Amino acid sequence: MNLPIYLDNNATTPMDPRVLEAMMPYMTNLYGNAASRNHSFGWAAEEAVDYAREQIAKLINCSPKEIIFTSGATESDNLAIKGAFEMYASEGNHIITCKTEHKAVLDACKRVEKAGGEVTYLDPQADGRVKLEDIENAITDKTIMVSIMYANNEIGVVQDIKGISAICRKHNILCMTDAVQAVGKIPVDVQADGIDLLALSGHKIYGPKGVGALYVRRKNPRVKVTAQIDGGGHERGMRSGTLNVPGIVGLGKACQLCNDEMESETARLSGMRDKLEKELSQLEESYINGSVEHRLPHISNISFTYVEGEGLMMGVKDIAVSSGSACTSASLEPSYVLKALGLSDDLAHSSLRFGLGRFTTEEEVDYAINHVKEAVTKLREMSPLWEMFKDGIDLSTIEWEEH
Amino acid sequence: MAYSDKVIDHYNNPRNVGTLDKEKKSVGTGLVGAPECGDVMRLQIEVDEETNEIKDAKFKTFGCGSAIASSSLATEWLKGKTIDEALAIDNMEIVEELALPPVKIHCSVLAEDAIKHAINDYREKNGLEPLEK
Ligand SMILES: Cc1ncc(COP(=O)(O)O)c(C=O)c1O
Repeated sequence: MNLPIYLDNNATTPMDPRVLEAMMPYMTNLYGNAASRNHSFGWAAEEAVDYAREQIAKLINCSPKEIIFTSGATESDNLAIKGAFEMYASEGNHIITCKTEHKAVLDACKRVEKAGGEVTYLDPQADGRVKLEDIENAITDKTIMVSIMYANNEIGVVQDIKGISAICRKHNILCMTDAVQAVGKIPVDVQADGIDLLALSGHKIYGPKGVGALYVRRKNPRVKVTAQIDGGGHERGMRSGTLNVPGIVGLGKACQLCNDEMESETARLSGMRDKLEKELSQLEESYINGSVEHRLPHISNISFTYVEGEGLMMGVKDIAVSSGSACTSASLEPSYVLKALGLSDDLAHSSLRFGLGRFTTEEEVDYAINHVKEAVTKLREMSPLWEMFKDGIDLSTIEWEEH
Repeated sequence: MAYSDKVIDHYNNPRNVGTLDKEKKSVGTGLVGAPECGDVMRLQIEVDEETNEIKDAKFKTFGCGSAIASSSLATEWLKGKTIDEALAIDNMEIVEELALPPVKIHCSVLAEDAIKHAINDYREKNGLEPLEK
């Protein structure tokens, strides 16, 4: 076993060597521009891109023609939200989303608001899921789209996308989903799920960084988005720019591998995740954040009360995880996702996210279990809050000296 | 963010973690910070009434590595100092000693604050006016 151990696979994943292998020829010998229609270099590139489109289409059950390549899910989210807002301006200006969305969605929505749109940011329930009723109640005659992520990047909670899309159908509005964390990990089927727009990314599924896609439905209904990047009119005019052929080939291969191995990986990962969770739950006052029933198989977000997340990460420096504590990022607020679930700031500060992946081994999980347990115990012995808790003092009755 | 060797040393081998009897007249306790902000420090001193010297100091801290190191260092510095000497400890000395980056300066401020609160608690218990904060 090599240290450090990588348990942050929701932030990004290592590239699978099989993906790299598929990409290599397109970086050297097969360097053609997929838009060059007049020679074999271009044809080879186009053929590779078409093949990748098929691989992706197969994973999410759509037509290859419905895939628009982008530079990643941030761009896909932006294109879907801003592009639909512009395209459907004559039908309305209202978008419904949720407070636990990725910043790529939330900030695109902010931009829409600046451009005169209206956005409803729904509160999730305590388990992280959006209540269908709340969506339906938020719909007005100006609503053009509901954008709710398939699965959350911090807690892994999977939304009831079928339920959401049924509401969208009923009211004749678009169903958009940021499925970055779900695609390749759990079955995602744009037909069965009733999705109109879907964002996915290469680097979360053992593919390359800097490449992603937006699924745009072509039939029932035919969806269009206004291009956000102007140029040569690639990708059916929705996304100009010379295609990133090696990246796209890698994304396609990554999708194919996820498709082939999903079932066995789900079993293996959820087995290890459940073990990690069971062991760490033996620590007193530890809480799993978000629904445990509707969740991705490879992620666990746990709050270890009375221990601060950044301090804890320092205690397990051989294990790469992330924390909901503010100190880990540039902002001072702890995780807005955990806060949206109704967690108090101190519980949000005490959280760690474990993200297992394709290359995680049982041995690594065991190492993580032991070291996290040790560190939590050590830090609690050092924590005045833990001592007060043990002395039966209700911390909410104390007047804290805030800074 | 990379931590300095001194912060890592205090984090791995914290000095003077523990609890003094806060009911004792010779003990002053300072509890500062807030759980919502991600840092709480409790710093305690035990004062020799004859010499006015701090003969023991203990801390417990909920916070990041820099917060733990700042309070650990503070207890080390407090031992053997008189109250007046302790009051003169400035947060920037902690910043320098631990090589804290700008985003972690608040940890040293909190430690200085904890010292002042502990001293005030001791003064009040002993019938003295609390000092201006
Ligand atoms: C849910 C979600 N949406 C969007 C993104 C952004 O994806 P990308 O890094 O490909 O721009 C991420 C990853 O950071 C994510 O987790």
